[in-house]
Amino acid sequence: MGYPHKSHPKETVVLSQYFGDADARTFKGWTKRGGYEALAQSLKMDPVAVTDVVKESGLRGRGGAGFPTGLKWSFMPKEKKRPHYLCVNADESEPGTFKDREIMRWTPHALLEGTAIAAHAIRAEVAYIYIRGEFTEPWTIMERALAEANAADVFGDITIHLHRGAGAYICGEETALMNSIEGKRGNPRIKPPFPAAAGLFGLPTTINNVETLAAVPHIIKRGAAWYKALSLSNPKSTGTKLFSVCGHVQRPGNYEVTMGFPLKDLLYDMCGGPPPGRTFKACIPGGSSVPILTREETEACLLDYEGVVASGSMLGSGGVIVFDDSADMVYQIMRLARFYAHESCAQCTQCREGTAWTTKIMERILAGQGKPKDLDLLLDLSENMTGKTICVLSDSCAAPIVSGIKKFRGEFEAYLAGKRQPVMVG
Amino acid sequence: MADGLINLTIDGAPVSVPPGTLVIEAAKQAGVLVPHYCYHPGLPVAGVCRMCLVEIEKAPKLQIACATTVTEGMVVKTQAPAAKDARQSVLEFLLINHPLDCPICDQAGECELQDFVFQEGQPGTRYGEFAKRFNPVEDFGPDVLYVPNRCILCTRCVRFMEDVAKEPVLNVSERGDRAFIGIHPEARLDHPWAGNVVDLCPVGSLLSKDFLHKARAWELDKTASICTGCSQGCNITLDTRDEVVVRVRPRPNLDINRYFICDHGRMHYRWMNRGDRIEAPLVKKDGGLHATDWDEAFARVLAILRGASGKAVALVSPGASSEALAATKRLLSGFSWTGAFQVVMGEEAPLSGVPNLALRAERAPNAKGAEQLGYTRDYAQALAAAKSAAVVLVLDEPDCAVETDGALIYAGTVLGEDAACRRAEVVLPIANVAEEEGTFTNLDGREQRYYQAKPAPGMAQPAAWVLGQLAQEMGLAEVQ
Repeated sequence: MGYPHKSHPKETVVLSQYFGDADARTFKGWTKRGGYEALAQSLKMDPVAVTDVVKESGLRGRGGAGFPTGLKWSFMPKEKKRPHYLCVNADESEPGTFKDREIMRWTPHALLEGTAIAAHAIRAEVAYIYIRGEFTEPWTIMERALAEANAADVFGDITIHLHRGAGAYICGEETALMNSIEGKRGNPRIKPPFPAAAGLFGLPTTINNVETLAAVPHIIKRGAAWYKALSLSNPKSTGTKLFSVCGHVQRPGNYEVTMGFPLKDLLYDMCGGPPPGRTFKACIPGGSSVPILTREETEACLLDYEGVVASGSMLGSGGVIVFDDSADMVYQIMRLARFYAHESCAQCTQCREGTAWTTKIMERILAGQGKPKDLDLLLDLSENMTGKTICVLSDSCAAPIVSGIKKFRGEFEAYLAGKRQPVMVG
Repeated sequence: MADGLINLTIDGAPVSVPPGTLVIEAAKQAGVLVPHYCYHPGLPVAGVCRMCLVEIEKAPKLQIACATTVTEGMVVKTQAPAAKDARQSVLEFLLINHPLDCPICDQAGECELQDFVFQEGQPGTRYGEFAKRFNPVEDFGPDVLYVPNRCILCTRCVRFMEDVAKEPVLNVSERGDRAFIGIHPEARLDHPWAGNVVDLCPVGSLLSKDFLHKARAWELDKTASICTGCSQGCNITLDTRDEVVVRVRPRPNLDINRYFICDHGRMHYRWMNRGDRIEAPLVKKDGGLHATDWDEAFARVLAILRGASGKAVALVSPGASSEALAATKRLLSGFSWTGAFQVVMGEEAPLSGVPNLALRAERAPNAKGAEQLGYTRDYAQALAAAKSAAVVLVLDEPDCAVETDGALIYAGTVLGEDAACRRAEVVLPIANVAEEEGTFTNLDGREQRYYQAKPAPGMAQPAAWVLGQLAQEMGLAEVQ
C-alpha cells in the first residue's frame, strides 16, 4: 500500500500490507493478524537454525550496503563468552528516504518482532533501537508498542530499549550510532575492529536496518524459499523492497516491489509519471549518497542491488529522488553538497575540509562567479575525497558531484559561461 | 629472523617487529617516517587526519599506517604515487583553512605542518579567494592559549586530557569545517599535567603563555637534562637561547615519563637564569667576605681541613649531583662526619593514565642518591651537631640556618644578604644544574645523567670538580 495512496496492482505488499491500518499498530491488532507467531516459532528454534533460514532466504541489508543479513549474523562469536548486543538502525536520515518511518508508524510490532528474532539468532540479551531524533510520531508509536509487547511478555529473555537520536545524519553510520548510544559524540570508528568483534560498549554487536528486520518475521513464517522466489531478476537480490519516491512525480510515497522491478514502471505507473507537461530529467535511485542517473539510465534500470549498479548507481536505501526538466541540476547538487558539509562529523581531513570547499565552489558557480577550472577542480577534490576516510560520508558528497558533472556538464558550463541567470545562495 | 616476530617490507627494506606493531611504528624501524598528525605513540589511535595513508600490496585501497597492524609478508609502499597523491591532497585540505601566519607563530620551525608541506606538499593553493575559517583566540588555562585558526583538529589534546590525564575537559565542538576544540564552559585547562597539550599539538594552535614570542625554534639550543622539580626524574630538554634557559620540554623515556612532564617541572627553570649568583670565590678577611681567586680559596679550605680534627658535618642540597655529594663525603672522610639533607614537600599529582608517573611530593631530584651515599634525612639533628663540629660544609643550601663554633665552608650558587652562610670562612662558587654535567638517582633508584646547557657565571665551577680537587689535594681516597 503506497500510503497515503491505495496499493497499486503492480506492488507486492509484504512489509507495507498494513500501512494506513491503525488497528495493526496495536498489540491486539497485530496478533490478530498473525503477529508474534514467527517470534514464538523462532524462540523454539536453535539460533543457528534461525540464522540459516535467513541466510537461505537471500535477505540483504536494506540500509544501503546490501550486506547479506544471515551472513552478518553468523559473524557473531560462535562461543558466547561475553554479552552480545543487537543494534537496530532506525536513524533513517538519508535524504530522500522515508521507508523506515512508515514501518515504525504503521507496523511497530513488525519491527519489534524482527528485532527479537534477530536478537535470539545472534544470542543477544539486549537490543537497542536507535530512532532518529526528528521522528516524533514514530517514537511515540514505538514506545507504546514496546510497552504493550513487554506487558504481554513476548520477548522471553530479550530486553529491547528505544534510544532516541539527536538529529545528526552521521549517527546513521553504524559505528557512530554505537558511539551515540554509549553517550559519546557520534563519530564513526575506524574499522577493524568490526562490530561483530567489538561493537557497542566494546562487545560483539550486530547492527541491522529497520526494513531488514521487519522482513525477518515473514521469512521465518513463510519460509526462505518463498522469500527467495520474490525476485524478478538476479538471484542475489531477493524479496521485496520499499522505495520512497519523492520529487517531481505525481504520486510520491512509499511503494513496495519485488527485487528486480523496473524503475521505469515504478515512476510512470505507480507514481503517475512527471507532473503534466513535464518530462523526467534525472533520478537518484538510492538516497542522496549514490550517483545520479540520467533519464535514459533511469528508464533502463532494474531495481535490485546488481541492476542499479549496472545502471551506474547503487540501490542504497531505496530513496528515489526524481527530477523533471524544470530542475536545475547545478542547484540540486549544491544542495546535496551543502547537506554533507553540514553533516560531516569533522574527524577526517578530506571530509571536513573537502565537503565545505566543494560547497563553496558549487555556490560560486551558481552565483555566476565560477572559474573555468572549477569543474576539473571539483572532480579532483571528489577523487581526493573518495575511499580515503573512515566512513563514506565524504564519498557520498563526491558521488553526486562526479556523476552530476559527467552527466549534466552542459548545465554547469552554462553557469560558467554566464548563459544562466545567477542564483544567489547563502 | 628472530622467532615470534612478524617480517614485512617497508619501502623495500625488510623489518621484523613484534606482532601487533602498527605499520607506522614498523616504518620507523625501517628508517621511514610516515607523515602523520593525529597519531602519537603516547595516545590512543584516532585515525582521523588521514595523512599517513600508505599503499599496502593486496589491500583494495590505501590504508592508514597508524591503525593498520603488521602481518607476515606485508609489503608497504609509503612512496607509491597513490599514497603520495593522497597525502598531498590532505596537506592541501589542511592548508585551506590554515592562516599561514608562520612569521608570527611560535611553532614555526618545529611545526609538523610546515615540515610535511615542505617535504611533500604542493606550491600554491587552489582554494582561491574564499575566506578562511576564523575563530578568536581562547584562553584555555593558566599556561595554555588556543589559536583555533591554526588548528588542524588532530584531537591529540582531546585524547590526552581524556585518556591520559583522565580529566576530559576538551572536546571537538561543532561539526564539518566549523569544528574547533572546545573546553567545558565551567572548566579550565588547569590539570597539573595540562601543559603537555602544547607539546602534543603538531601545529601552533595550542601555545604556552610562558614561551609566547620568547624565541624562534631555530634559535634554540637543546640539551638533554633531568627535571629537578621532584624525585620522579623525568627526562627533559633544556632549551636555551643565548645561554638563557627559555623552555623545558619532555624528552621521551618510556620507563619514566613516557612523553610527558608536569607543569610544575615545566615551569621550574627560571631560577637557572638567576643573575644574583656568586661569581667568585670569597674568603673571610677583616670580618667580611672578599672576592679572591681559586688558589687562595683552595689554600684557605685546605688550611682549615688540615688544622681541624674530630667531628665534621655536611648540610647538603638534595638537588646536588651524586658526584658532588660523593666529593663532599670524600672531602670529609678524614673526620667523624655526618651528612644530612632536607627535602621540600608538596602535593603529589599523578598522571592517571600512566603507571608510576606523578609529580612527587618530594620536590628534589636526588634525595635517593644522597641517601645511597650515606646522607640522612635527620637534618635537625645534623644542624644541632653542627654547633660543636670542627668543620661544617654547606653544599648549596643558601637558606640553611647553620650555626657553628667550628669552621664553616659554603659551596653554593647564591648567597642572600642575611644568609647564615655569610659567616663562612670560605665561599666557593658552584655551577647549577644547567651549567654542569652530573647524575641524579630518582625515587626508584634509577641513575640518570644530565648535561651542561649553558656556561656557569664568572668563576663558578661544578661542585663535583671543586670539592673533588680539594679532596685530591688532601690526598683522600675516592668514595666507592
